Amino acid sequence: MSWQREWSRVRAIVWKDLTAERRTKANFNAVLFFAVLTLFLFGFALGPDADTIEAAAAGILWLTILFSGVLTFNRSYEQELEGGALDALLLYPGERRSIFIGKLLANLGFVLLVQGIMVPAAGLLYDLPLGRAPLQLALVLALGSLGFVTLGTFYAAMASRVRAREVLLPLLLFPVLIPLLLGAVESTAAILGGDLMGNAATWIRLLVVFDVIFLAACLIAFDYVIEE
Amino acid sequence: MAFDGPALRLSGVTRRFGNRWVLRGIDCEIEAGQAIALMGRNGSGKTTLLRVISTLLRPTKGGGQIFGHDLVEGAPEIREFIGFLGHNAGIYDDLTAEENLRFSMQMAGLAWNPADAQRVLTEVGLLNERNVRSRGFSAGMRRRLALGRLLLRPPKLLLLDEPYAAFDQPGIDLVNRFARRIAEDGGVAIISTHDLARARPVVDRVVHIDNGRLVEGTAPELSPDEHAARVVS
Amino acid sequence: MQATGDSKPQLPKWVPAFGVFALLSLVATQAFALFFTPPDRDMGELMKIMYVHVPSAWIAFLAFGAVALGSVLYLWRRDIRFDLFAAAAAELGTVLTALCIVQGSIWGRPTWGVWWTWDPRLTTTAIMLIVYAGYLALRSFTDDEERRARWSAAVGIIGAINVPIVWYSVTWWRTIHQVQSNTTTMDPIYVLALLLNLTTFLFLFIYLLRVRYHVALLERSADARLEERALGAGVVHV
Repeated sequence: MSWQREWSRVRAIVWKDLTAERRTKANFNAVLFFAVLTLFLFGFALGPDADTIEAAAAGILWLTILFSGVLTFNRSYEQELEGGALDALLLYPGERRSIFIGKLLANLGFVLLVQGIMVPAAGLLYDLPLGRAPLQLALVLALGSLGFVTLGTFYAAMASRVRAREVLLPLLLFPVLIPLLLGAVESTAAILGGDLMGNAATWIRLLVVFDVIFLAACLIAFDYVIEE
Repeated sequence: MAFDGPALRLSGVTRRFGNRWVLRGIDCEIEAGQAIALMGRNGSGKTTLLRVISTLLRPTKGGGQIFGHDLVEGAPEIREFIGFLGHNAGIYDDLTAEENLRFSMQMAGLAWNPADAQRVLTEVGLLNERNVRSRGFSAGMRRRLALGRLLLRPPKLLLLDEPYAAFDQPGIDLVNRFARRIAEDGGVAIISTHDLARARPVVDRVVHIDNGRLVEGTAPELSPDEHAARVVS
Repeated sequence: MQATGDSKPQLPKWVPAFGVFALLSLVATQAFALFFTPPDRDMGELMKIMYVHVPSAWIAFLAFGAVALGSVLYLWRRDIRFDLFAAAAAELGTVLTALCIVQGSIWGRPTWGVWWTWDPRLTTTAIMLIVYAGYLALRSFTDDEERRARWSAAVGIIGAINVPIVWYSVTWWRTIHQVQSNTTTMDPIYVLALLLNLTTFLFLFIYLLRVRYHVALLERSADARLEERALGAGVVHV
């Protein structure tokens, strides 16, 4: 099948996933509230001292992104599993990895949308200088989210289909995300802190390398994983 | 693509799940233009066999050819002309009937024409539900929508897994007409069912499966016992 | 035609003999290391935990390399034996990694005053432990043999790709924050003992891997036979 037709398949999946999400809204609201709640909890856990929070802000932000985002991935496959739609998906002609790309893009859109509200909320809660370098910050959020969503969508293709899926997905996903977490937190902290040491660039490079490597690996491996 | 021999051939198809050998060496040949009834008790392997033929499952051992394409290596080509109506309709609750059909066409990489939705929904009796979300559909309506999906892209190999369940008589007639049409156009239709009476009007052969093995059957007039007596080892 | 063609797997004759040899080798090298090398100037006898700590780490990495290799071979050849091999290696690797971390802690506490440091080696090892625990958890939740093999292979390969990335990022992380590395240097006099131990651990690993793999083959064969017997043979051509 030509790549134009594959692209139409990808678009169809993105449209379907986002439309289903838009029509129920239940998931988006729940994930968003959970994210904001988590921000509050960190605030309480780390104490009212503004300096402590400021030092930890980048870490808090990214942990919140990970913990709230991980709820998205299994759900992305649940609508296929509930009605037996996964079989129908697998029976269409064409590349199976188009299904992966479609779900990845839909999940990425969802995660970025949540961040669109959650990051300003964090800025308000913790008095963060978000306006200091907004483009760089947006870049870090995008790169970090891409790697996160790539691996999350990949692992959820398996975890969503076995028992104990709620715990298996984080168990599989989070260890592999550690380099991404480091890169994202360090570059976010550097950007918010004025990047005195010029470190952000190196960490952003790490994020790019991470994203490229794992996107390639997951694209190759998805075929093996999505089959019955 | 021209090819020699039967439309569907299976050689020693075996499938294991965990500790259970669900299919234990299936050999069969089906000529083009035939509609076959596949009968067997629950757990005899009917659904698994259909899933293997549809390329959803790989055989643990053995293989076959479908319209000249290898069952394992040629799976992507086979998916171009396969149609499967399974136990689950596989439609999306949050999409309308028409949107479900449109999604299906886009996933197959085909152009979408709303007139197609009109035609197909009319044929399956769901025109009134065109813009209604499928969440509230009954089991029969879901089946019909799934059937509608198949009507949009008539397959060369049609696999129906217990299609008469959750269907009223008009629905059953729809299924049978469709199966007959596929066969008459030179394709193959396989209907797995408990209920031979419903399939009888349309099938050319009856095949029994028991504990993962096939038992010879012929014209629908023979009783299942007479079928069993024709075991060939 | 039989539904299955497997006969009972046989353990090659060299394996039990090799096991005895590996065990004797372990006794000999431990005796040598503990009693015939002098205690370290600074750390005393405590340093000798390095004799098991370092080989554990190296062989654990070797085990995970074996997992990656088995995974790739399975996806290429679809022969279930590669998957069983990878799983056996993963089990051994996980145990060795856990031991390695515990040993590191035991050594670290009196030496540096802490049970844990975030140095790249230890951290990477800990992350690998969790990755492979996840691998084993996934396997335990997946009943179908073929699916389990495919999924394990994918997870094993992605996990292996991750290791160098983790190493690099943790190293850079520590450098950025200018944390003092806790360096350990070893006198050449101990290197011999260390190499001997490394070789012994390698022998033990090979022996245990082969045996564990054999057990997996036996399990699989036993299951298949049970089913065979229950339902007899014979195929109909239709």
